[in-house]
Amino acid sequence: MSKNPEFVKFDKVDKSYDGKVLVVKDLQLDIAEGEFITMLGPSGSGKTTCLMMLAGFETPTHGEILLDGNIISNIPPHKRGIGMVFQNYALFPHMTVYENLAFPLRVRKVEKDEIDKKVDKALSMVSLSGFETRMPAQLSGGQQQRVAVARALVFDPAVVLMDEPLGALDKNLRESMQYEIKHIHESIGVTVVYVTHDQSEALTMSNRIAVFNDGKVQQLSDPAELYEKPVNSFVAEFIGENNTFNGEVIDIDKDKCKVKLNNSEILANPISVKSKGEKTTVSLRPERALINPANKMDNMFTGKIEEVIYHGDHTRVRLNLLGSSEFILKVPNSTSNLELKVTEDIDIGWNSIDARALDPK
Amino acid sequence: MSSENKILTTDGLPLEVSLKKAEKRNKIKAFLLVAPLLLFLLITYIFPIGEMFTRSIDDRMITNMLPKTFESMKKWDGKELPPEEVYRSFYEDYKILAEKKVHGKLGQRLNKEKNGFNSILKRLFRKVKSNQIDESKSIKEQIIKIHKHYRNVDYWRAIKRTAPPYTMNKYLKGMDMYLDEDGNVTQVSEDRRIHRILWLRTLEIALFVTIFCFLMGYPIAHLLATLPMKYSNLLMICVLLPFWTSLLVRTASWMILLQQQGLVNDFFVMIGLVADDSRPEMMYNKVGTYVAMTQILLPFMVLPLYSVMKTISPSLMRAGKSLGGTPFVAFWKVYFPLTIPGIGAGCLLVFILAIGYYITPALVGGASGTLISNQIAFHMKQTLDWSFASAMGLMLLTGVLVIYWIYNKLVGVDNIKLG
Repeated sequence: MSKNPEFVKFDKVDKSYDGKVLVVKDLQLDIAEGEFITMLGPSGSGKTTCLMMLAGFETPTHGEILLDGNIISNIPPHKRGIGMVFQNYALFPHMTVYENLAFPLRVRKVEKDEIDKKVDKALSMVSLSGFETRMPAQLSGGQQQRVAVARALVFDPAVVLMDEPLGALDKNLRESMQYEIKHIHESIGVTVVYVTHDQSEALTMSNRIAVFNDGKVQQLSDPAELYEKPVNSFVAEFIGENNTFNGEVIDIDKDKCKVKLNNSEILANPISVKSKGEKTTVSLRPERALINPANKMDNMFTGKIEEVIYHGDHTRVRLNLLGSSEFILKVPNSTSNLELKVTEDIDIGWNSIDARALDPK
Repeated sequence: MSSENKILTTDGLPLEVSLKKAEKRNKIKAFLLVAPLLLFLLITYIFPIGEMFTRSIDDRMITNMLPKTFESMKKWDGKELPPEEVYRSFYEDYKILAEKKVHGKLGQRLNKEKNGFNSILKRLFRKVKSNQIDESKSIKEQIIKIHKHYRNVDYWRAIKRTAPPYTMNKYLKGMDMYLDEDGNVTQVSEDRRIHRILWLRTLEIALFVTIFCFLMGYPIAHLLATLPMKYSNLLMICVLLPFWTSLLVRTASWMILLQQQGLVNDFFVMIGLVADDSRPEMMYNKVGTYVAMTQILLPFMVLPLYSVMKTISPSLMRAGKSLGGTPFVAFWKVYFPLTIPGIGAGCLLVFILAIGYYITPALVGGASGTLISNQIAFHMKQTLDWSFASAMGLMLLTGVLVIYWIYNKLVGVDNIKLG
């Protein structure tokens, strides 16, 4: 069976709640069958609205949503056959774990034996066999979350939506759940649309990530490309850490441009600048700048150490460089560690290809 | 935990003792904080109910009036006419009462026990007053001559029945029953059973008012809990507005609306639903009581429901729908079961309030719409039979407690949520 690359399709979807502000603007998004796609963005960026429109709890103001080629905008939520995991799990507090899982099957008039079998399978999938008779209140947060995932999957939906499902868990549990959900996705091949504001969650779990801001998809690409090659300064800022320089392009050719800062010049990789005289924000990942680089790099500067923060696996160094005292360096914790002392001067270098000249902030 | 390995604190005291010591101050503080309330409850609730109870079974008035008679009657078996001794002590007791001019009360009391007693006592009184009874002769013979009833053993038995200082008569009367001359519990004749009708009507009206309040209150509470803040606040004010208005004013406004020349009837006539000369009576009957009580008690249903619904996450309904339940299934299987604590609280509250409602039925109820509480008030203000009023009040209280008990068995009081 060939996978449908347009299994879920948002076709020019607009959404407004009050008739004045568009929460979602002209959304064009295709989701392939079996894909794990994450909608990532700050709160209020429209990502949850998109999810709710797909689930059927909100109707698009304009445009259509298609599921497997069929327009679903007029189909009520209970007929869409889309599983959903809610932010606060939304387990039915008056039903046992078994009854919670059996609910979607019972409303579909599945036979009792079949229900038992499916519930059993779903519970073992989230390693909660033997918890059938517990009430949700008797479960820990992580267990409740797993029950919610199992419930969303037990009736074999074509698409599962997850609305910040890990938001309420503590850090360790969240990380292990990320892997667990990822593995479940890989083993059953269901299409997952996942909403989160946690970038590391998005990077770990997804096939593709759609970064939302201001009702628009800023960038849609796989995690590595999103991190390595952000297409605008919002994405660069939102995904991972980055050092920025604001300046003006004074010279440009095919793969290099010269950017004039306040009182110095750096070389950068022109991404969204086209011509001389344009304002730009240059973005550089902290780990791409090296201390005392062995090889020749085309940007070499000297900065003064302002602050050293020990992070265990790495050390963060804040430098005063090129007139900004907010330049961050990440130094991995290795045996050949340098002695980093505050107020000392050090040499820093990076390649112009890693310094991406994006739209000005 | 076994007593051998008690945990000790660092200063060698057992942990339990230490803990008690540490918490003693807090306990005393907590008690002092509730002490005024306890005292208030004791004075305004426990004590009056106790007083009501003693009043309702108190029959000492007659015991104090006829001390010698009851003393001498102890030996009388009640089969034939009592001996001379009883007649003499009755005469002596009555003489004292006549001198104190309180003999009338005895007549009233005994007349309740046996019809015709009052009139034969009045004859006795005239003889006593004019000193026509010769104490040196047989009193029995002289009294028997006054009226033939004094020769009737039933009348003497009636006196003997009043001997105990306590009586259940008022309670029996409240249930349209009485003790007959042989001391058996008997029903009053069918055409005089007024109280039983009132009890049943009270239950019926309370039940239906509760049902109406539930049917009207549930959607309102749901709206209140789900609407955005700015609308729900407005709706809340609408629900609470009657709360802030005097009960009398609200009842009076219903009278304006419901009377035969009232607004509702005018409207019906205007739209041609009824003819002008056959306007339906909507007041001074059950209809008026239903309408006015439902409106007045509605907030007591809405508020507990609202407070419970407020805690139900809207995502639960969404989950129900996204899992494939139709809106009705999602409501019935998910939402409704979660509101049961609120339904229980609201229904119990409305029912208990309705069962003892007074002003509204008194004003709009007429003859067929009055409740047992109106009867209680009637006996307190008109007949001044306070002991009967107390007895009925206590029966009402017992009824409420029984309902509470049944509710606890069925739903569990722990499941009540008032907010």
